[in-house]
Amino acid sequence: MRKLLAILAVAVIALSLGAVALAQDDVVEIEYWQYNFGARVDAMNMLIEQFHEENPGIRVVHNSDIPYADFRTEIAASAPAGVGPDIVTLYFGWIIAFVDAGYLVPLPEEPFSEAFIRETFSPMVANSKYLGEYWTVPTAVRSLALFWNKDIFAEAGLDPESPPQTLEEFQEIALATTQYGDGGQDVLNVTQQGFSPTMQGQIHHWFRDVLIRQYGGQSYSDDGRTVMYNSEAGCEAFRWVTEFELEHVTGSFDIMDGSTNAFVNGDVALHVDGSFRVGTIRNNNPDLNYGVAELPVGPNGENHTFGSYWTHGLTRRAASDPARMEAAIKFLEFITTPEAGALWVSIVGELPAQLESASDEMLLADPILGPFSAGLEYASATFFVDESAQRQVMLDAYDFVRLGGMDVCDALDEAAALEQELLDDFWAERE
Amino acid sequence: MIVQSKPKRNGFFHWTVARRKVLWAYIFLAIPIVFFAYIRIYPAFFAFQMSLYDYNPLAAEQPYVGLENYEDLWKELNKRRSVTKAAFQNTVNYVLLGVPIQLCLALAVALMLNEIRFLSTPYRILFFLPYVTSTIAIAWVFRMLYQPQFGFFNVMLQLLSLPQQPFLNSPQQALPSVLALVVWQGMGFSVIIFLAGLKQIPRTYYEAAEVDGASRWHTFRYITLPLLNPSIVFLLVLQTISFLRMFAPVVAMTVQGQGGPLDATTTVVLRVYREAFQSFNMGYASAMTVVLFVVILIVTIIQLRFTTRSIN
Repeated sequence: MRKLLAILAVAVIALSLGAVALAQDDVVEIEYWQYNFGARVDAMNMLIEQFHEENPGIRVVHNSDIPYADFRTEIAASAPAGVGPDIVTLYFGWIIAFVDAGYLVPLPEEPFSEAFIRETFSPMVANSKYLGEYWTVPTAVRSLALFWNKDIFAEAGLDPESPPQTLEEFQEIALATTQYGDGGQDVLNVTQQGFSPTMQGQIHHWFRDVLIRQYGGQSYSDDGRTVMYNSEAGCEAFRWVTEFELEHVTGSFDIMDGSTNAFVNGDVALHVDGSFRVGTIRNNNPDLNYGVAELPVGPNGENHTFGSYWTHGLTRRAASDPARMEAAIKFLEFITTPEAGALWVSIVGELPAQLESASDEMLLADPILGPFSAGLEYASATFFVDESAQRQVMLDAYDFVRLGGMDVCDALDEAAALEQELLDDFWAERE
Repeated sequence: MIVQSKPKRNGFFHWTVARRKVLWAYIFLAIPIVFFAYIRIYPAFFAFQMSLYDYNPLAAEQPYVGLENYEDLWKELNKRRSVTKAAFQNTVNYVLLGVPIQLCLALAVALMLNEIRFLSTPYRILFFLPYVTSTIAIAWVFRMLYQPQFGFFNVMLQLLSLPQQPFLNSPQQALPSVLALVVWQGMGFSVIIFLAGLKQIPRTYYEAAEVDGASRWHTFRYITLPLLNPSIVFLLVLQTISFLRMFAPVVAMTVQGQGGPLDATTTVVLRVYREAFQSFNMGYASAMTVVLFVVILIVTIIQLRFTTRSIN
């Protein structure tokens, strides 16, 4: 027994000496987390490799094993345990929740001054500002554009090189490209979808941030505190979206679980999505003969698109240790340069967040990425206080019309009341 | 145990071999007990504490809010429409529909299996197999079977010239569709318990009844059913609890695990999960857990009180 104790004691001493020796190595280790998305993981690994070469004193541990659905859960589990990331990549709609919890710390004035961010980054990055401070900064941003299947266009006798320019044309083409089986014009009888309004995908953004504006309305008051989409313009825009399934029967979420997979498989003519889908198509169906165009203009002749981004913030954990914080800031600066953005666009397909490389001539001329890039100039994003809940409100409104037979205006009123309650609760706690 | 001739001395080193053996047995048993207490029991009670705090796992500090989470829950339940209200209503529906249907079907199957001799083992395996199969895998297979356009069920309906059904995509049909899977999957377990119960009933009772000229229904009503009572009570309590805790099939069978369409299939536990790990309202989620715990406790006590009876 005593012998065992002695051996144990020696082992403990030896281990702690080893730890001291390692710590004296002067290598600061920081942890970086993002959710698992193949192309993003590859791109970040390349950036980290470059960073290590330039900064031998810093080692970045890259945790990218967590699937999207579990990402926030894992962060929440890591925080009380005192572990987790020093730098974390979050969806811009989540920033508020993480700031309110005290999980993120404000970006330091040097090198991320307000003027610097405002002047060099895409305007939508303003969504990273909250309570007067910037909390995150992105490598890349995304916008929505129109994907169309050239083969289906050709089969329907349409010019495969001219995508719809207006919402009217969009509707006409959707009708012309829809095909049915023998049983008539029924949703479950659609064999080829002209357009499938998949709210679970990007369509709720298209409606909220694009169509309503194009119909002359706005979704929220300028200060973002009042829901305004339950207006005449909102009703018209919403009716336009819901009619694809209910009146024109050009497609439905019930067929193949939505538009995204069906478009990648070549079964949908028109599809609205972000540039990140380019990579999905490349990986899953590289032979798909498709094109990308800017979103069609609305009745008021205006161009709009929805912008969104994944963005990097510094955590409370990093701030707890000056050496780690310094290393984390260096790393954050490195992964948000125009060069990092340029590497990112080539691997992931998301557009550089810094205007300098986003407005690159080569990029604008690219047939696939160009339209997304052009959209960045007029892209806007909703300031979400609770992204999941606000998204769900819109999904439910659509289902009330689709499954519950509710009038579009009533459904929007109901959604607006629910969302207003969310906004009121949010602001009430902050005043 | 202590040897009388020696003076009694305290301390481990003076214990008898038998006493030491017992002590070691306790020490070894203590390890799983400590583990169980720390991993299962302590967190369960911690939920009571969390429900009194504005508990956000991301935050450094968790402010005490008293019963505010319970007040919020009460408000949600009294709204005209709220996800939480739907979750509680659905959970009640799952229990009220699921438990009786499952027990009746299981009893019918068990009675039939009890009769047959030829190939009885393969038949039993057939009914028990779903129970030991992964719920997630089964749920996904069912999701495909229910698919509105090409799913097996709708293809069958079409062959019979009946109208196609939306199943999981309809707010009215979604809950029964999920329930059907859960009933079918859980039935194997109830069948086995009923079979064991049936084997316990002495044959002499049936022989006596036969001599007295009792009909099959009377035999079932006055012998089988009363003597199966312990099995019925056991299953009633167990299945009620399992339906109250419903989670995995709903997550796997609904779009993006949301418990839709229009919250038609969502459950209390799914709500707890979403609040805790997606909205980070662990305090509020814990309050819901505590309410669910109390409901389970009350229901179980009532069931045990009113269904257990001694048989003459």
